[in-house]
Amino acid sequence: MARSQRTAATRRKKTYDLVIIGAGPGGLAAAEFAARLGARVALLERERLGGVSLNTGSVPSKSLIRSATLFAAMREAARLQQPAQAEPVADLQRVIARLRRMQRRIGGYHSEARLKRAGIELHYGAARFVDERLIATNMGRFPFHHALVATGAGPTRPQIPGLIEGSYLTSDTIFGLEKLPEHLAVVGGGALGCELAQSFCRLGSRVTIIQDEAGFLPGEERDAAQVLAQSMARDGVTIRLNTSVTGARVGKAEVVLRTQNYGRTAEVQADRVLVSIGRTPCTDGLSLESAGVRADTATGIAVDEFLRTSNPRVYAAGDVCLRHRYANVAERTARIAVHNCLAKGRPMRHTALTIPWCTFCAPEIAHVGLQVWQARNEGIPIRTFTVMMQDIDRAILDRQDVGFVKLHSTGRNDKIVGATIVASRASEMINEVCVAMSTGIGLRELADVLHIYPSQSDAIRIAAMDLDEPLAPG
Amino acid sequence: MEAAGVPRDSRRAPAQVSLRSEARLIERLQRGAFEYVTRYTNARNGLVADTSRAGSPCSIAVVGFALCSRLIAVERGWSSRRAAAALVLRTLQFFWESAQGAGTHATGYKGFYYHFLDMESGRRVWDCELSLIDSALLVAGFLCVREYFDGMGKDEASIRKLADALYRRVDWCWAQNGAPALTQGWHPDSGFLHYGWEGYNEALLIYILGLGSPTSPLPRDSFIHWTLTYQWERMLGQDVLYSGPLFTHLFPHAWIDLRGIRDAFMREKRSDYFINTCRTVAVQREYCERNPREALGYSRDVWGISAGDGPVAHGSAEFAKDHRHFGYMARGVPFGPDDGTLCPWAMLATLPFTPEAALIGTRTLLARYPQVCPQNRFVSGFNPTVNADSGGWLSAGWYGLDQGLLVMMIENARSRLVWSLMRRAPEVRRGLRRAGFRGGWLS
Repeated sequence: MARSQRTAATRRKKTYDLVIIGAGPGGLAAAEFAARLGARVALLERERLGGVSLNTGSVPSKSLIRSATLFAAMREAARLQQPAQAEPVADLQRVIARLRRMQRRIGGYHSEARLKRAGIELHYGAARFVDERLIATNMGRFPFHHALVATGAGPTRPQIPGLIEGSYLTSDTIFGLEKLPEHLAVVGGGALGCELAQSFCRLGSRVTIIQDEAGFLPGEERDAAQVLAQSMARDGVTIRLNTSVTGARVGKAEVVLRTQNYGRTAEVQADRVLVSIGRTPCTDGLSLESAGVRADTATGIAVDEFLRTSNPRVYAAGDVCLRHRYANVAERTARIAVHNCLAKGRPMRHTALTIPWCTFCAPEIAHVGLQVWQARNEGIPIRTFTVMMQDIDRAILDRQDVGFVKLHSTGRNDKIVGATIVASRASEMINEVCVAMSTGIGLRELADVLHIYPSQSDAIRIAAMDLDEPLAPG
Repeated sequence: MEAAGVPRDSRRAPAQVSLRSEARLIERLQRGAFEYVTRYTNARNGLVADTSRAGSPCSIAVVGFALCSRLIAVERGWSSRRAAAALVLRTLQFFWESAQGAGTHATGYKGFYYHFLDMESGRRVWDCELSLIDSALLVAGFLCVREYFDGMGKDEASIRKLADALYRRVDWCWAQNGAPALTQGWHPDSGFLHYGWEGYNEALLIYILGLGSPTSPLPRDSFIHWTLTYQWERMLGQDVLYSGPLFTHLFPHAWIDLRGIRDAFMREKRSDYFINTCRTVAVQREYCERNPREALGYSRDVWGISAGDGPVAHGSAEFAKDHRHFGYMARGVPFGPDDGTLCPWAMLATLPFTPEAALIGTRTLLARYPQVCPQNRFVSGFNPTVNADSGGWLSAGWYGLDQGLLVMMIENARSRLVWSLMRRAPEVRRGLRRAGFRGGWLS
C-alpha cells in the first residue's frame, strides 16, 4: 500500500462517525442513541454534563419551585391551625442544598462512567470548527463524518444603562445565592422570570416583577397569562406591567432600577435583581463559518426540516437552532438529527413533532399544538371547549381550582389540534392530550374514556364531552 | 336598611316581569341615571365629570354618552329640545375650538382626545393617554346628535355642521402606527401604547367608526386582522365569542344596532353580536350561580361582573401579602379577575338583550341590597363579601360611564331610539359594510 493510501486509511479509521458539541439533554441523548447504533462517538463539553437543564434550568428551578410550594402549603395549613403560626420564611442555604442533592441524583443517570460504559468518548474543552470536517478543542482534534451542534442557549444579557455585569443575577447565577433576598426585583415576565418571581415570593422574599409587555408570557393564551397574573398577585408579588427599565444605579447593598410606564417614571429599590429577558443561542467561539454553517446571533443556527445546517455533514438540535427552547425538544430533536445522519431509512422531520411545553408557576400553564390565533391565521376553523378547574370536584377538594382546560378541535370533525391547560398539575395533564393527538384519538373517544373520580385530569374528559352537548338555556 | 329613593315595593323580586310591568321602575332608574348627566355637567363647555367625587376631571367617554342622553331626555320630556340643543352645541364648539396638538396640555391630537380633561379648561390632566376607545365613544356621540338634531333652527344646523367636522377630523389611520391593526392609544411623552386590541371587546365600535370615515378610512384588512385574535369557545354551556367584562360587549351595542347583521366571523359561527351578548349574559348568570369564589350575594339572579369601582387590598397597596381586591378594575368571568365585586348597574344595562333576566336581577338586587341605588342611581361597585357585617363594601358616589350607558341601553330597550339614529348615519352603514357586515337592516 502506498504511503498516501495508508495515511488516508489511518485518517478514515480515526474519523468519528459523529462528533457532538454540547453535553446537555440533546447532546447526551444523541451520544447514547448514536452509540447504540454502533457509531464511533465523541462528546465534547465545555463545562459540565447536563447542560442548562440540569445545572441552571429545569432541574434546579423545579426543585426551588417544589420548596416554594411547600412554604405556600405551610401558609395554607396555618389557616387551619390554632393559634396562628408565624409566617414561615425559608432558609435558602437548606433549600439550595436540597436542590444540589437532587441535581446530583438526576445527573447520575448520565454520569461520565455510564457514558464510558456506553462506548462514548467524553472530552472537556471549548470546541471550535477548524474546517468542514474537523473540530478541535485545546485537548485534541476530532475529524468527523458528521457533527451535531447541541450547545443550547444562555441568558440574554440586558442592555440597561448602569446595570453592570455582576450587579445582577441570571438563571445561571441565581441558584448560587446563599441568602434569601429581602427584596428581589425580577426584570422580565417570561416563563422563567415568572417561575422564579413566584417561588422567591413564596419562600419569603418581597418580589417586584417588571414586564415591558401588557401581560406575562407573551405567546401564551391571554386568559392563561391573566390567570397567572392574578395568582402571582394573590401570592403577594408586586406586578408592574407595561413598564420598561430605563436605567440602574448600583449601590453597596442595593440596586435601584429606574422604570418608565408611559411617561411616568419611578424607581424600584431591591437588594438583588434577577434579569430574565430571554435566551440567546450559544454559538460564540464555535467558528461556525469555518465549517460553512450559517447562523444568526438571535435565532441561532439555521437548519432545514431535517435539522441539517448549510453544511450537509453538520446538524444542529435543541435551543441552539429552534424556537421551542425546552429540554424535551432538545432531546427529541437530537435523536432525530442522529437518525437522519446515521440511521438507514427515511429521514425524519422535526417540524412534524407535537411539542408540549409548560410554565411551572402556580398554577402551571401547559400547551400543546395549535394556539387559537395560529389556527385563525392559517384559516383553520376550530372550536374550543373550555372547562374551568373551579368546576372540577377534585380541584375543589385540593383547593387547586384556579385555571382551566381548553381543547381545540377542528370545526369539521372532533380531531384535537391543540390544548391549553392551566392547573396545578397541568404539566401532567397535558400528556393525556399529547397521547390523544399523537394517536389520533378524537374528542368523542376521549369523552368515552373512564377517568378516575375524583381527579383533576377528569377535566379533560368533561371538556371533550361538550362536543355533543346542546347549548344550555340562557 | 331604608335606602333613599327606593320605594318599598321594589324590595320584592317578582316572579314574572316585562318591560311593560316594570315600566315605572325602568323610567325611574333611567331618569335617575340621566340626572347624573344634568348634575355633573359644566354647562359652560358641556364637559361631564368622570365621577361625582369632588375634583373629578371630565371623562371624554362620559361626554359621548351624555350627548346622546340629552336627546333621550328630550324624547322623554325631561328636557326641552331647545335647551338640549344649546348645551350640545356648546359641547361641540368646545371640542372644535379646543387645542389639538402633540403638546402635553392639549385637549386632543389628530382628532382624538385625551381620556381625562380638566372640567374648566378642558386640558389634559393626570398624565393620561390619548385614548382611542374613549375618543370613539365621544365621536359616536357626535354622530348621534348630528342625526337627531335635524331641525331648521340655527343651533341645530350648527350642531350638524360641527359634529360632521369633528368626525371628519379624526385621523383613524394614524392610530394604526403603521401596523395592520389599531393601537390602544398614544402618549405625548412616550408615543403609541405598545399594545393593541387583542380578542373581542369594545374596540368593535372604534373599527366601525374608523372604517366608515370619509376622510381617513381604516383599511378593511385592519378589521380582519383584529378579528383574527377572536376566541370562540364553548364555556358554561354556551358557545360564545369570549370577552370577560360585560361592558366590553355593551359599549358597541349602546350605539349600534347589531341585531341580525353579521360579519364574516359571525357568519362562520352562525351567530351575531346581539345573540352573543345574550349568551354572555347566560354565562354571567351561570357563573354567579356556581359562584366558585364563594362570594356573598352572587346568584343566578344577582350578577353583573364588569368594569367598576371595588375595594382595594387590605394593608399596604405596594407590598401587601394579600392582593385579593383590586380597586377600580375591569372584572370578568369566567377567567377573572373576580374579587366578589358586582356592578349593580350592569344587569339593567342588558335590558335590550335579556329583559327578563335584567329585570328579575335588578329587582332581586334592589330587594336584597337597596343601598346600591341611592337617589335612584346605581353605584359603580358593590362587594357584599367585604364588610359583610355592615352591608357590604359600597363604592362612594357615582361614575358617569355607568349612568350614561344605562340611559342609552334602557332607551334602546324601550324605543330603539339610539339604534335608529345611528342606523341613519351613512358613515356607520359604510363602516359596518366595510367590516364585512351583511344582512338584516343593512340589506
